[in-house]
Formats: sequence, structure tokens, C-alpha cells
Amino acid sequence: MTLTETPMQRERAMTIYEKSKPGRRAAVLPDAGVPEAPLAELIPAHLLREQAPNLPEIAEPEIVRHYNKLSRRNFDLDSGFYPLGSCTMKHNPRLNERVAALPGHARLHPAQDPRRAQGALELMWLLQESLSEICGLPHVSLQPSAGSHGELAGLLLTRAYHADRGEERTKVLAPDTSHGTNPASVTMAGYEVVKVATNERGGVEMDDLRAKIDEDPDQVACLMLTNPNTLGLFDENIAEIASLIHAAGGTLYYDGANLNAVMGQSRPGDMGFDIVHVNLHKSFSQPHGGGGPGAGPIAVSDRIEPFLPRPQVVRREADNGHGLSFDLDHERPKSIGRLRGFQGNFGVFVRSYAYILSLGADGLAEASETAVLNANYLKARLADGRAGERLPIAFDRHCMHEFVLSGKPMKKELGLATLDLAKRLLDFGFHPPTVYFPLLVDEALMVEPTETETKESLDAFAAAIEQILEEAEGDPEIAKQAPYTTPVRRLDEVKATRHPVVRQPLQPPPPTGR
Amino acid sequence: MTRYTSATPDDRAEMLAAIGVESVADLFEQIPEPLRLGRPLALPDGLSETEVFDRLAALAGANADAESEVCFVGAGMYDHYVPAIVDAITSRSEFLTPYTPYQPEISQGGLQVMFEFQTAMSELTGLPVSNAGLYEGPSSVASAGYLAMGATKRRRFVVSRGVHPHSRETLATYSEGYGAEVVEVGLEGGLTDAAALAAAVDAETAAVFLQSPNFLGAVEDVEALGAAAKEHGALLVVACDPMTLGILKPPGACGADIALGEGQPLGNRLDFGGPSFGFFCATEAQIRRMPGRIAGETEDVDGRRGFVLALQTREQHIRREKATNNICTAQALNALAAMVHLAWLGRQGFRELGELLVQRTAYARQRLAAVEGVELLHEAPVVREFAVRLDAPVGAVLDRCAERGIAAGYPLGREYPEHEDGLLIAITERRSREQIDQLAEALGAAVAAERGEFVNQELTKAPTEAVS
Repeated sequence: MTLTETPMQRERAMTIYEKSKPGRRAAVLPDAGVPEAPLAELIPAHLLREQAPNLPEIAEPEIVRHYNKLSRRNFDLDSGFYPLGSCTMKHNPRLNERVAALPGHARLHPAQDPRRAQGALELMWLLQESLSEICGLPHVSLQPSAGSHGELAGLLLTRAYHADRGEERTKVLAPDTSHGTNPASVTMAGYEVVKVATNERGGVEMDDLRAKIDEDPDQVACLMLTNPNTLGLFDENIAEIASLIHAAGGTLYYDGANLNAVMGQSRPGDMGFDIVHVNLHKSFSQPHGGGGPGAGPIAVSDRIEPFLPRPQVVRREADNGHGLSFDLDHERPKSIGRLRGFQGNFGVFVRSYAYILSLGADGLAEASETAVLNANYLKARLADGRAGERLPIAFDRHCMHEFVLSGKPMKKELGLATLDLAKRLLDFGFHPPTVYFPLLVDEALMVEPTETETKESLDAFAAAIEQILEEAEGDPEIAKQAPYTTPVRRLDEVKATRHPVVRQPLQPPPPTGR
Repeated sequence: MTRYTSATPDDRAEMLAAIGVESVADLFEQIPEPLRLGRPLALPDGLSETEVFDRLAALAGANADAESEVCFVGAGMYDHYVPAIVDAITSRSEFLTPYTPYQPEISQGGLQVMFEFQTAMSELTGLPVSNAGLYEGPSSVASAGYLAMGATKRRRFVVSRGVHPHSRETLATYSEGYGAEVVEVGLEGGLTDAAALAAAVDAETAAVFLQSPNFLGAVEDVEALGAAAKEHGALLVVACDPMTLGILKPPGACGADIALGEGQPLGNRLDFGGPSFGFFCATEAQIRRMPGRIAGETEDVDGRRGFVLALQTREQHIRREKATNNICTAQALNALAAMVHLAWLGRQGFRELGELLVQRTAYARQRLAAVEGVELLHEAPVVREFAVRLDAPVGAVLDRCAERGIAAGYPLGREYPEHEDGLLIAITERRSREQIDQLAEALGAAVAAERGEFVNQELTKAPTEAVS
């Protein structure tokens, strides 16, 4: 063992099953407290399970140790800089956790009669109103569970909108820089994807867009766009793009993954978009939880509104005629229907509404300004020195909240792939940027610092990149074999896919004697 | 109001100088002038932490939650006790604040949790492959439909009316997109009509969807019903309540190709409906068509055991339009909560909890059936939820119970018009015998009171709707 290794982190990983021993337990349950009958008298024997499922047998102190130890094998936003492009890893205020845990939120049953859930429905309505103002579109549904769910919702809304007009369209256009969820959602919604090229300024190639529309304008259902796009650049032609799509009869969909750049600065509705999804787990500070939960509310224009999912939160005159009350509207004859159970990820709504209240109009605008300032500053820092030579900016103009570098010269000159740089960054205590995306940039590194990082963090990151490049000029093997200090080193991902082991093989448990 | 940011005026000046612009506004010039908002958002200015807390606490206080009333409502989400260690572990920064584990070397904690979770769900359902979780129950059902279409190249689903109404509706919503037909099969005596199901399944059927216990609480004979699917080469998809799987024969042992469901009962709070998670398990044959993340075991370059996201070639960030599903961010933290809850219950405790639910539910069912004006809606076996008929308008009875601090159940009328008089009642380990007795008394009193009034109303005006 070397001094750089942390012994605990380097312990061989043992699963909770491997720490299990028959006869141990944590839970003590209350007595039934009612007259009991043999199980087989209540449920026919052929429907019953013969043996209890093989769950771990372990006492509470060891469960706590196990998961605490596991947690220390994770890198997290609260431990360090996390400039993962398109993911908006901004601080997660703990106030939001506190208010989400209030029993009036956390223990509220989703089927509670709306008259006895007025606080929850009012909160949802207030969040709808806030998102409507931020997006510049009059109607909001909070139902989608994440960004990709919002995309699917937007495409189903598009289908319903056209069907209502007696049209059936088959194609959805999306730039070659789009998030992978966009084309995947298009296929799930029963459409065909048509790729649109990117111009030399990083925006939509207008001639290609026109050509793709002109091929068969009656078949164009929708254009899905992220603006600023995944290169971190605002598409200046957006007004013209919108008019081309609308002239063809299509809808314009805004992937809100990059909304953090434009809050209080510019609104998708004013750009001409018909449908927008908002990632509450990106711009609105819901913690990512290691891969969720999130929420992907959608904001839409008047012409799309009749088709919104049901139920929809509405505000009405109260029954008694005094004041207002809130309700769930299930009677929406043109609705696409439900996208999920109950009303959506309410706990996420509580956190995001608390965030919006905390920042307010001024704070949201300032958050976007600082996000853009931080990104441009880091971009400027990385344009100097070795990074400027080996990792040039893909499109050299001011960026919005993120920017994309190309590791092509680094790979050619030093033999160092973007992946190697990313893995060496782990040893320096940074989460790497998004790598190999967008696809049109060779050896791409997509950097999004967010507004909650200090100048010192940005400087330290730039210095780490410089140091890694300098080190690689001397000996590229150091980075190519990295990381060294992490709980495990590079893992064999090919093996995990060719011969997947996706659960622990367990001995059949001894009979329970029941 | 400046919140959660650190840039001082000096920082800003230095940063702007390094960028080579005069002001932040210069950076926004790439947005064409007419598209710049040019005014503050029409939202209030920011508030202090204490003010935000008070606002949110006031909204929370305007809800009748399961702490302020006795909750017998279920319908897919249940007022279980969430052990304290679940909160302690899920609130750790290391689990709460990372992104999806794209860099496995620094994400071993989260990836191993997924692997353990997959093992546990595989054990519960009796199927060999589990993913790391989907959004929630109903959209998992819709994702199973998409999988079945890919697996069978057929476009027709046969769905029991016992499947959760939200699941059936979500499946219908998705089917409009991916182009499938949904055929529904009715219930007889609380259970799926076996003859009608067999008649509905044909060589064009991609999947048969069942739920057990079904929405009315009844335990279905999945094995017998599923024979029709097997006969015609359709996939058998079984939605289940994980809390019943300590007691009931697992779907995998009943011939299910896919077992899935709403995960909320495992370690997740009610949260007015979310976030929770959906679980999704399948046979080996479907592993490369699965939706969602899957963690797999592997080794690092030094031969050390480790975990990664396996089979990523199914996923949208690699396969784009050819992906098996569009899902990206899902519910990792909620799956962690489930895993901790399952470890805490353990093999013995999980079984015992199931038995406790069966015994208390049997008691409650018997107790309520003895109440004047209340009768069982069906006699089929149940685990933790059952349906009754009330001899009085359900809404009015629920209002009367609510006045006594009891949320008496879930009214069936909206989603099952044929059971306009139906009420679905759920039991958890938090519902004591005393509370069940209170429910019986409150329901009896409410029905009696309503019957008195209802009869009087009938004397003065004809009912506007027939009560079945």
C-alpha cells in the first residue's frame, strides 16, 4: 500500500449480502394485535410464496456502517467542483430539503381529496405560474418526471395537436448537436428523426434546415432545439428558424436542459417556441441523487394547451364564493392523457418552488448572469497556456453558460485522449467535464461551471488542466494509466457488457420452517 | 437577491478583464436584441431563508396529511413507516448530490447500491434481471409495452381492468405515440375474467398485462391467467406491490416475463405522489431490451472488484434514436431508500411485515363487513387492501369521516363507474387495531347518517344519477 491510497476506500468491495448472516436482523415490528388465522386460510396455498425472499440479514449498526462506507466511495457536488456540461451541477440548498420533509408535504397522500390538499395544490399552481413567466409561455403541466419524459410529452402533444387538425405528420427535425434523449424520445413517440447540420458558428445550418423542410413540409411535425445549444452558444437565427417551422405547420420544441443560461434574460416563448421542458434538477436546484429524482415540467403555448396531460392543477372560485380554491381538473377531453401516476414528483416541486422564492426575479437573473460570467471566465483561462494550444475551443465566440473544447490536438500531439485527461482530473479532485459530447466535436470536453462556483475553484480547475498537460508533455503514460487515487482504477466496461453480471448470485436460503 | 453565489465586485472586475469585455451584458449580446427580456421577470424579489421557510410551512399546514389524520388510503401508495436510517443515509451529500455515475472510478458507492438493489428486486420478483429503477409504477408499465413491441414485433396489448387505472391510462397515452392498440378485459367478482382474457389474446398480442394484488386488492391467479399469453407467444407483464412479495408467490415463479411496479412502499414517503420509483425485472431473454440504467460487476486494471453502468449500448446517450428507451435521469436516490429499507427489514422482517399486513387486513375486512350499510365488494383473497360497497353516497361518507380525522379510503367511482358505491381501504403496519375499530365506527355512523338524509332527499327529489 502506498501513502496515496486511503485504506478504507481501497478495501475490497463487499456487498451487503456478503455481510449477511442467518439470524441477524434490524427491524422490530409491532405485534399484529388482532386475532390471527393461519395464512393458508386467508390466501389459497398455491398463491403463496414457499420461502421468504433472500434479503440481507444484518443488524442496524452494520447497515449504517455499510452504507456510510459506500457513500465515501462516491464523489459528490458537496465535495468538489463538478463542471459536467449540460447537467448544471449547482449548489443544492439544504433549506429545500427541510421544507420538502415537512409532514404536510412528505406525508400527504396523493389521493387526498383536493379540498384537504389545498396547500399542495396552491404550491403546484404557484410553481406553474412561476415557470410560465420564466419560460414566456402561458400554460404549464408539472406532470413529466424528468427531461426525457417532458420530451416525450412534447412529442405526444405535437401528435395530438396535428391529429386535431386532421393531419398526420411523420418527421421530427433535430440538430446533430442534440442531446441523445431527443432522438430516443422521437422514436418512442412514433416519429422518424431527421438530422439538421450545424453551421460554422455553431448554430443550425439554415440552408440544410430549409432543404430538410422543403423535402416534404407537410411531414414536418416538430423541430427540437436547445438554445443555447449543446455547444453553449445562442442560435442567433432562432426567430427565422421559428418562422420556417411554423410556416411548414410544425411545432417548435425547446429542450430546457440549458435554461440556466437565460433565466430572466430571454424566454423560449418569446423566441417562438411552442413547448418547453424545464429540468427542475438542473436550473432549479433539485439534487441529482446520483441519477434522480428529477422533474421535467412543460410550458406550452395557447394552441397546445387543450392537449396537456391530465389531471391539471387549476385555480377556481371557491364553492362558498369567497376567495379562490385549487383543484385537479380531470375533465380535459382533448388531453393526451396521463404520463405517469398521480400528479408528478411533488417533492421536487417543493424544493424548486423554495428555490424560486429564495432567488426571486432578481436572483434568477443574477444566477444566469453569473453562470455565463463563470463560463466565459473559465473559457478565457483555458484559452491561455497549454490548454489554449492542446484543447482549443470548438467554436471561438463568447459562450453562454457552458463551452466545448476539442482534445483533437492533444490527442494528435501528446497521444492523450479526452478520456485520459478526464481520468487524470479525478486524481486532482475534480469531476471531469462531459466527454465525447456533442458528437460533432472531435474529442469533445463540455464544461459547465454554474454560478455557484467561486473564482478560486475555476482558477484551480484551469491550473489542474495546465499541470496535466505539462505532465503529459513529459510522460503521457501518467495520464493514460490514470486514475491512481480513486477507490478503484479504470474498470473493464466491455466485460460488464459482454458478460453482464447484474445481480449477486446467492445460495438458496435455508427453509424458513413455515 | 444574491443567493448561493460568491462573485464579489472585485472578482467580477478581474473576470471581465480576463474575458476582455466591459460588462456581463456584453456577453449576452449574442442574444438578438428583440429576444432579450429587457425587464425583470414578473416574480417577487428573493426572500430570506426564514421567510421562505415560513411560506412553505404555511402551505404544508394547509394540507391534511397522514400525521394529522388516520390514513386508510392506498391505491398504489401507502403510509408505511420509513425507518430513521433511511433518512440518515439518503440525506448524506455523497448520495444526495452526485450526478448519474458516468465516471465509475468515483461513483462506486452509487453503483454498488444499484447492484445490491438489483439483487434485492430480483429476489423479490423471482426474475433474474432487474434494472436500477424507473420513474414510478405507471410509466414502467408503459415502458414494458415498448419493450414488448420490440421483442415480439406485434402491436396489441391485452390489459386486465384490475391493473391500476393510472397504469392503464399511461399505457394508452404512450401507445398513441408508439402505435399500439390496447384491449381491456373486465373483472368478475373482483378478479380478472379468465375466459374473456383467454378470448382476447391472439397471435397479434405483444403482451398481456396483469396486476396482483389488483387495484381492488384481490390476489390474482397469475399463473393460470398467464397461460393465454404463453400459448400465443405474448409476453406476460405483471405489476405487483413489492410489500406483498414476502407472502405471495413471486411473478417469476408464475411465468411472468416482466415484473414491475410502484416502489413507493419500500422506504419512500408519500410526498403527494412522488418522487418514488418504479422497479422493472425481466427474464434473461430481455436483458438487452431493458429500459433504464443497469449496474454490472467488473474489475479494474489492478483486478480489484468494481461496478459500472452495464449494457449502455441500449441507452439514449449512446444509441440515440435506436435506444431501447429514452429514459435518462430516473430515481437513484429513491432506489437507495428502498434498498436501505429492505436491508433493515431483512429476510425475516420482510416476511413478518407481509404477515402482519395480511392479519390486520383480514381483521379490518371482517370488522367492516359487519358494519350496517357496508358490504364487501368482492370475496377474493387479499393481502393489504380490500374494497367495500357503501349503502350511501361515498363522497359524503368520506367527508363525515374526515371530520373525525379519518381518511377512510379511496373512492372507486371516478375510475370504476360500475363501482360508484365502492371504497378501497388500505392497511399498513401504522394502522393499529384501535384505529381500524375507529374506522369501522366512523364508517358505520357516516353511512347511517347519510342514509337518513339520503332517504329524506329522495322524498323531495328524484336522484339525478342511478346508484348502482
